[in-house]
Amino acid sequence: MSYDYHEPHSLDDALALLTRFGDDGHLMAGGTATVLLMRQGLLRPAHVVSLRTIDGLSGIARTPQGGLRIGAMATHRAVERSDAARGYSPALVDAFASVATVRIRNQATVGGNLAHADPAQDPPPMLAALNATITVRSPRGERTEAVETLAVDHFTTSLSHDEVITSVLLPPILPGTREVYLKFLPQTADDYATVSVAATLRFADDATVADVRIVLGAVGPTTIRAKRVEDALRGARPTPERIRDAAALVRDEVDPLDDLRGSADYKREMARVWTERALAALTR
Amino acid sequence: MSTHRLRFTLNGTPRELEIAADRLLIDVIRDDCGATGTKLGCGVGICGTCSVLVDGELVSACLVPAVFVDGRSLTTVEGLAQDGELTPLQDAFIRDGGFQCGICTPGQLIAATALLREHPRPDGREVRDWMMGNLCRCTGYYGIERAIMRASGAGGQSDGRGLGGQRPPSLS
Ligand SMILES: Cc1cc2nc3c(=O)[nH]c(=O)nc-3n(C[C@H](O)[C@H](O)[C@H](O)COP(=O)(O)OP(=O)(O)OC[C@H]3O[C@@H](n4cnc5c(N)ncnc54)[C@H](O)[C@@H]3O)c2cc1C
Ligand code: FES
Ligand code: FES
Repeated sequence: MSYDYHEPHSLDDALALLTRFGDDGHLMAGGTATVLLMRQGLLRPAHVVSLRTIDGLSGIARTPQGGLRIGAMATHRAVERSDAARGYSPALVDAFASVATVRIRNQATVGGNLAHADPAQDPPPMLAALNATITVRSPRGERTEAVETLAVDHFTTSLSHDEVITSVLLPPILPGTREVYLKFLPQTADDYATVSVAATLRFADDATVADVRIVLGAVGPTTIRAKRVEDALRGARPTPERIRDAAALVRDEVDPLDDLRGSADYKREMARVWTERALAALTR
Repeated sequence: MSTHRLRFTLNGTPRELEIAADRLLIDVIRDDCGATGTKLGCGVGICGTCSVLVDGELVSACLVPAVFVDGRSLTTVEGLAQDGELTPLQDAFIRDGGFQCGICTPGQLIAATALLREHPRPDGREVRDWMMGNLCRCTGYYGIERAIMRASGAGGQSDGRGLGGQRPPSLS
């Protein structure tokens, strides 16, 4: 590792530095991923631009509409401890609390998590299931993007080098909605997921499924939205048989790799099992 | 490479150092400050031997860029005992067999100190969830859990399941 380190005191200053350094510059938030990548020689920036000294990027608060806004520099633990976040959705807190250990969660930030784009991370599937969007600033202004489409491949997002995530916005949750985050950890409790399933489901007055969103982690190059499973449930009564049949469709939607956590076939089967469990939990 | 002037306190003592941008906190604590109680194990954030408190928050010193601690206060294992008087937690680690070879112990003590500050009366599950990321190759974890329960005032009463979640035959 050998780089110049910069601590801008405003977002505009950070953007000016990123513009000046171009491909030689790299953002750092909590540093958990960047430090490891730099030490392994996978990332060799000439300039590291820290967001640490910029005020106003770490708040967590309910919006007037009943949603939730999380600043990009909020740590995972800050979300875990936040009454606003828990009041919005306990399942969202579960997803952040599922990450590694207390030590990592004290240091890693929400923006860093999303920009890192490892498909096995815990918060992205839950944020996508809750229909979250990020706000992004660049020298060209501000734009928003759905969390669901942010990652485009393993460790790759649609962000360009001079774009900074400033916050994550979660929309209000409609009455009658239930949410769940399940992380399958067959090895150790601090591991990355072998398969994870985030889901939200809203019942109509007649006890049929008015809406459902299912997003899986660790079983593809990005998080995977299980649209066929969703379609098989929307408008239907979620009986155990229907849930079993719908969950079986997930096998053809995921695209896992063989690795230390299991073969692709095994993960495909676990995706089915855990999708069924998530849906059972939501309809119990 | 840029260099940076760092001001922080280590176990209450003010420190001022000039360091290169890419230095990691673990190296600054051990090599520049000579506080070698904190150990380097895996170096990748997993094992917990490098656990320290930054403004009271538990982190892995092997993952923290040293420039991050400017203006902060650090606590390492050397900062627990006051005037040679062990903390109740340190005392309990001795009484309850909370260590054998001792290499993981500075990290265990720091992690457990942070736990007891946040959950003064943890139950067994809270202890296991919190301490899960501090690996020990010697104790089997039962002594560590017992010591933490004792120090919390629960009198060394754990539910006997250990950090691994399984009840050892000898304790049943
Ligand atoms: C030991 C270990 C175990 C882990 N286990 C898990 C796990 O179980 N589950 C899980 O979900 N994750 C896990 N992780 C990954 C962890 O979630 C990420 O490392 C962390 O979220 C990254 O956040 P950070 O703030 O530290 O990011 P940094 O390392 O600072 O940055 C990561 C990337 O994001 C970019 N970036 C940061 N902030 C922004 C921003 N605001 N806008 C644009 N780009 C930005 C950086 O340029 C960099 O490319 C683990 C990591 C470690 C080290
Ligand atoms: S040495 Fe830092 S966590 Fe292992
Ligand atoms: S006492 Fe030896 S590793 Fe824990």
